Amino acid sequence: MYGTDVSAPSVDQPAPTHQPDPANDGGRPDADRLAADFQAIIDGEGRIEPRDAMPDAYRRSLIRQIAQHAHSEIIGMQPEANWISRAPSLRRKAILMAKVQDEAGHGLYLYAAAETLGADRADLLDLLHTGRQKYSSIFNYPTLTWADMGAIGWLVDGAAIVNQVPLCRCSYGPYARAMVRVCKEESFHQRQGFEILNLLSHGSTAQHAMAQDAVDRWWWPSLMMFGPPDDKSPNSAQSMAWGIKRFSNDDLRQRFVDMTVPQSEALGLSLPDPDLRWNDARGHYDIGEIDFTELFDVIKGNGPCNAQRMDRRRKAHEDGAWVRDAATAYAAKQRGSGSSETAA
Amino acid sequence: MRSRLEWPLWEVFVRARRGLSHVHVGSLHAPDAEMAVRNARDLYTRRQEGVSIWVVPADHLTASSPDEKDAFFDPAADKIYRHPTFYSVPEGVEHL
Repeated sequence: MYGTDVSAPSVDQPAPTHQPDPANDGGRPDADRLAADFQAIIDGEGRIEPRDAMPDAYRRSLIRQIAQHAHSEIIGMQPEANWISRAPSLRRKAILMAKVQDEAGHGLYLYAAAETLGADRADLLDLLHTGRQKYSSIFNYPTLTWADMGAIGWLVDGAAIVNQVPLCRCSYGPYARAMVRVCKEESFHQRQGFEILNLLSHGSTAQHAMAQDAVDRWWWPSLMMFGPPDDKSPNSAQSMAWGIKRFSNDDLRQRFVDMTVPQSEALGLSLPDPDLRWNDARGHYDIGEIDFTELFDVIKGNGPCNAQRMDRRRKAHEDGAWVRDAATAYAAKQRGSGSSETAA
Repeated sequence: MRSRLEWPLWEVFVRARRGLSHVHVGSLHAPDAEMAVRNARDLYTRRQEGVSIWVVPADHLTASSPDEKDAFFDPAADKIYRHPTFYSVPEGVEHL
């Protein structure tokens, strides 16, 4: 049973055969056995399921990662939703709406996965709304022109796919299953973005310039989506040992660059990096130095749209309150549980 | 921030097409069963992944045991004679 069973007897409670001792965890041999069971599943490339015993640190780390992933999907609706009313055709409006709906869906799959670990949905939303949990800093950049819808689909969703495909094999079952659904749906997102840019790039001079401008602005932030370089990513080793993370930040970034450069050539658009070139010896593209001070600055809240995204998110939540309240009241009335009015 | 979401959790099962069983696909929150079915349609069948949906309140499910790795399933482990491969068949005997 998902979501509600983490308070079941196996978790966080001393085994009944041992005398509970408030000074320690009360069941050392049992804790050792559970830890060994957990490690055996991880080592055997098995999947940890919600009812399994797992180290607290594994649980906490996953809740944080899945929640921030969910927040990113929900906040990620905003930059594109801004363009639904201004999309250039009915076809593009329909596509963009479907994509934004998908992002909402991805957020919900992920919140549900976090709940299987004992997190509370309302708590997670509070953590987002009060700024105590982050979302991907990529969504703190503005979408200035229609070509940005293309660049987001092609580069941002492209980078997200490279990050997310290995998560389909993550050691935590519900997260892995959510990612399988997400990845299936992302591929249309990336293609529609590529198509937008391809049309613009091969259109008028002004359209080509608009496409190039969007790619110039989104390229470096997309590379930063893979996180800090490996030697500055303190949590990566533990995450890999737990089978949550499968490849290092730099490896995934390289994979993205290698697949994206030929696509940029097909688009007839350049990438804004004078040091970008094929390295025959390595069999990979070399890229210039990434300015990570910008990434950390945006994460700290100083990006162009941090405040706007958070305000919009909080307002959407507040504005939807009456709908949630009405649905709750209606459900209570249908149950016939007396008055539908409950004291606030 | 008023109105914290405190709707019950529902487990969602989808029949992908006629002839197949409903399979668990995930969970969601909804104020009542009707809304749970509608939300499940929007969340889990945006691409025609199903022809039928079941929703069950999560706290109405009873699971086999809190620890999925215990002795509950052990009694089946030593009864290999329940499988046809346990039995020896003479060479050349067919349709058995």
